[in-house]
Amino acid sequence: MAHDNHKLAIFRGTLKFKSNVQKIWGVLILLSIITAIEVALGIVRPEWSLSKVLGMKLLNWIFIILTIVKAYYIAWDFMHLRDEKAGFKWSLVLPLVILIPYLVFILLVEGDYIYEVYKDGFVTWNF
Amino acid sequence: MEATVTTESNEKVWGGGNEPLKASYGKMMMWFFIVSDALTFSGFLVAYGFSRFKFIEIWPIADEVFTHVPFFHGNYPMYYVAFMTFILITSSVTMVLAVDAGHKMNKTRVTWYMFATIIGGLIFVGSQAWEWATFIKGDYGAVETKGGNILQFVNADNGKRIALKDFAATIPGERERLERKDAYWFQSEGTLPSFTVNEVIEGVKTHPNVLVKTAYFDESGHKKQVLSREESLEALKDARLVVEGANLTRNEYGHPLFADFFFFITGFHGFHVFSGIVINIIIFFNVIIGTYERRGHYEMVEKVGLYWHFVDLVWVFVFTFFYLV
Repeated sequence: MAHDNHKLAIFRGTLKFKSNVQKIWGVLILLSIITAIEVALGIVRPEWSLSKVLGMKLLNWIFIILTIVKAYYIAWDFMHLRDEKAGFKWSLVLPLVILIPYLVFILLVEGDYIYEVYKDGFVTWNF
Repeated sequence: MEATVTTESNEKVWGGGNEPLKASYGKMMMWFFIVSDALTFSGFLVAYGFSRFKFIEIWPIADEVFTHVPFFHGNYPMYYVAFMTFILITSSVTMVLAVDAGHKMNKTRVTWYMFATIIGGLIFVGSQAWEWATFIKGDYGAVETKGGNILQFVNADNGKRIALKDFAATIPGERERLERKDAYWFQSEGTLPSFTVNEVIEGVKTHPNVLVKTAYFDESGHKKQVLSREESLEALKDARLVVEGANLTRNEYGHPLFADFFFFITGFHGFHVFSGIVINIIIFFNVIIGTYERRGHYEMVEKVGLYWHFVDLVWVFVFTFFYLV
């Protein structure tokens, strides 16, 4: 196998592990903590997090950012993208990080527009 | 395959000597499949987002839908889904441990870690199936208006939902059942709800503590509106159907599209998990009979591992967009 030399540090080198197995357990702990935070916030829904930031509740932004953090560690450490050659890594990641936000932007704006059309009374659906 | 590449040596391009990007053929193709599948899933999730934004003010609140835990009665929002997420992440970990043991050519460890991964996957799909069953069955019942809005019923004292069977009146009536022998094209009859619309309306009239909860958000923006007694009776005049549980056309928890996307996306993900388990089992037996030991490397475990992590990766997003946001 080509990749017996794993990169063993996460958080830009702040947290170093002695072996690959240790790093795997470390990442599991990190992912579990993030999930626990998400679930706790989802159940409590604290008052401060319900204010709107950029058209969406702050809480939802927190959920989305934490999800992307989780996805990063799954792809980088479990799917060992961290150990792949940079050219290979970015040929996989770049199409996704360009196309998906583009699609999200277009369809969500469109959905919101249709909502406004319904709301402003050109079409009614509650009769 | 080699026709497009001109090399001076005669070695095969993918035979190990000439790997562009330092990744073997199989691993690279698994990655490209994952990229295309990631785009497919993002298409589904974005379509969900589109429909949600289109019906933003009548979209159900997930906390009020998924409140069940097996063997326990009561209201436990999110706990069980969190448990399922944890199971899947843990099975991802045992998978990556199997890959690591494969690098070290440790057959026993690969076997046990693969086994643990398969068990984790089975627990996950089992939980998903249970969640589907609970969602389809429903728990309180609601009525649908002529315009397709869902009206639920709550207790005026504590604001909690009440089941139709706790207040609906019993109006004796005759209903002749149409049978196959009576009609040429008639095949069968769908399931009937336990109560008629009239029985529900009469029940609300005789129980002063029953109020109607609409699908719309109230002024706070994160709770559903509860109508006053007069408004409740007024709203019920539009009632047309009694809805119990959820399916692809009706959903007692709110907008039917919520149920459609839930069944479609979690179903598609569940199918991925199922295929992952099947592939894992095949590789598991190959490990046991020593195929990879003879081959000299465990790259096959690594490839199926990539697929398994991808399933976990997708779930992270499904979890966020269906249950949290």
